[in-house]
Amino acid sequence: MSSDDADYSRRRFLTAATVVVGAVGTVVTAVPFVASWNPSARAKSAGAPVKADIGKLEPGQQIIFKWQGKPVWVVRRDEQALATLEDSRLTEKLRDVESEDSIQPEYTKNVYRSIKPEYLIMVGICTHLGCSPTYRPEITTDFQGGFFCPCHGSKFDFSGRVYAGVPAPTNLTIPPHYYINDDVILIGEDGLA
Amino acid sequence: MSENNNSGNGLLGWIDARFPLTKMFEEHLSKYYAPKNFNFWYFFGSLALLVLVMQIVTGIFLTMHYKPDGGMAFSSVEYIMRDVDWGWLIRYLHSTGSSAFFIVVYLHMFRGVMYGSYQKPRELIWLFGMFIYVALMAEAFMGYLLPWGQMSYWGAQVIISLFGAIPVVGDELTLWIRGDFVISDATLNRFFALHVVAVPLVLLMLVVMHILALHEVGSNNPDGVEIKKNKDENGIPLDGIPFHPYYSVKDLVGVVVFLILFSIVVFFAPEMGGYFLEYANFIPADQFKTPEHIAPVWYFTPFYAILRAIPDKLLGVIAMFGSIIMLFLLPWIDRGKVKSIRYRSSAFKWLLAMLVVSFIGLGYLGALPLTDTRTFFARVYSIGYFGFFIGLWWISKNENTRPVPERVQ
Repeated sequence: MSSDDADYSRRRFLTAATVVVGAVGTVVTAVPFVASWNPSARAKSAGAPVKADIGKLEPGQQIIFKWQGKPVWVVRRDEQALATLEDSRLTEKLRDVESEDSIQPEYTKNVYRSIKPEYLIMVGICTHLGCSPTYRPEITTDFQGGFFCPCHGSKFDFSGRVYAGVPAPTNLTIPPHYYINDDVILIGEDGLA
Repeated sequence: MSENNNSGNGLLGWIDARFPLTKMFEEHLSKYYAPKNFNFWYFFGSLALLVLVMQIVTGIFLTMHYKPDGGMAFSSVEYIMRDVDWGWLIRYLHSTGSSAFFIVVYLHMFRGVMYGSYQKPRELIWLFGMFIYVALMAEAFMGYLLPWGQMSYWGAQVIISLFGAIPVVGDELTLWIRGDFVISDATLNRFFALHVVAVPLVLLMLVVMHILALHEVGSNNPDGVEIKKNKDENGIPLDGIPFHPYYSVKDLVGVVVFLILFSIVVFFAPEMGGYFLEYANFIPADQFKTPEHIAPVWYFTPFYAILRAIPDKLLGVIAMFGSIIMLFLLPWIDRGKVKSIRYRSSAFKWLLAMLVVSFIGLGYLGALPLTDTRTFFARVYSIGYFGFFIGLWWISKNENTRPVPERVQ
């Protein structure tokens, strides 16, 4: 074919238009494949709120419930543990004392990070890289008791507040929850206002 | 046409008229001229290819018995180990093969750094190689989830959470990768698909590109001399010998030695004292209980140690990925004109020694639980690791090199 009398601008336009339409088509086609990696309807329904009976918990004890597949701890703190929380020997070592940068419902944004001071309800997953810290209620000179993450050495107090100088960036997360009655809580939902 | 081009009659001639069989054989084997001065460091390329084939074959046979299901995965691996005829052997070949793959690849990469094989005109060979290395890490990481033991589970949890450090989209991204709020059956299933189908395809494609790029420019050698500069009247490099039969036969010796060592591990120490198969992985995954001590398999520990050395989540992740990006940039970081360590300055040799010590030190520390002393040393070694690249950029501008010979020595 002779190219002398070809309309180059028209040819360039058609080529560009074809490329653009093809690219848009490719991107649109990718959507279902990419979206198929989202949590499935089944996984989401397993993330529904769970009821937890905490009536039989003794002071100092911890129990673990499962919500969204994550461990949720309920810890009944004794007097001694609660006393550490406002002690300046502890608070001066913490990174986010007031929980400003951490995730918790508004109604738990206090020194106890809970609705009732005694009962701490908290997601047991380290805010660093997702390991599950262990409960260390023993109070020693350099550790005021709380939680310790074995993976990378992050330390948290009895309210799940993170120590400064450890890899975890923020305090442990408090899930939305409310008391159905004195013994039973619902994890995963805010109470009615 | 191809009929008058060295193709005879018979079956081969018939094929050559339809498919470039003889042409490809000559181009890549019998008439591919490699420098005549290869030493044992040059075994590791072909060994990597051998291990790749071995991993694919053993992997295919493992999929015939393995169940990618959160409820069945762990027991199906034990089933392979106990009830399937020779299942233990196939599984140990595969698990030992993954460690062997990294040993071979690390030595192969070290060879490249030592003799400047990444330098002009071989930058693309190095880049393809680096992509192979990253694909290999992804492949190994996803494969490690499949036995669904404690270390599989929590190792994956930690590594996927690394993406959570990315600002804004981090949390959404980790949710998308896992397909659930925690590592679950959904994660296992997709990792299985990627490990068995997607990543091996990518790996094979990259290996082909790596070799094609190599055969385009020709191999480097321990002297770092371009053999194509000195050719005889037929255009054949004076210092080159055909890959086949000279190096195909020489590589066989390497294969035999490798297989002897490999078999010793497979038959006598498949767990390698917890380094090749970690003890915590003989306990089924438990999403409520993180093992007391969690560490990746040895080939990831250097990078893991860098991550842990930095007391900030985002910066730690950046440093860890940065340590790999440095390797990608190596052809441009090194501004030197002399390739081989044989003719480079003593500053280069010291830097390289520092890299090796730092890398091994980081690898050793990354496998151990944290203490303050170890964190201190991990920081020192991290500086040593990055120091190599910074130092190399610094010294290579006006390096005090020795004269490079015209021909291979």
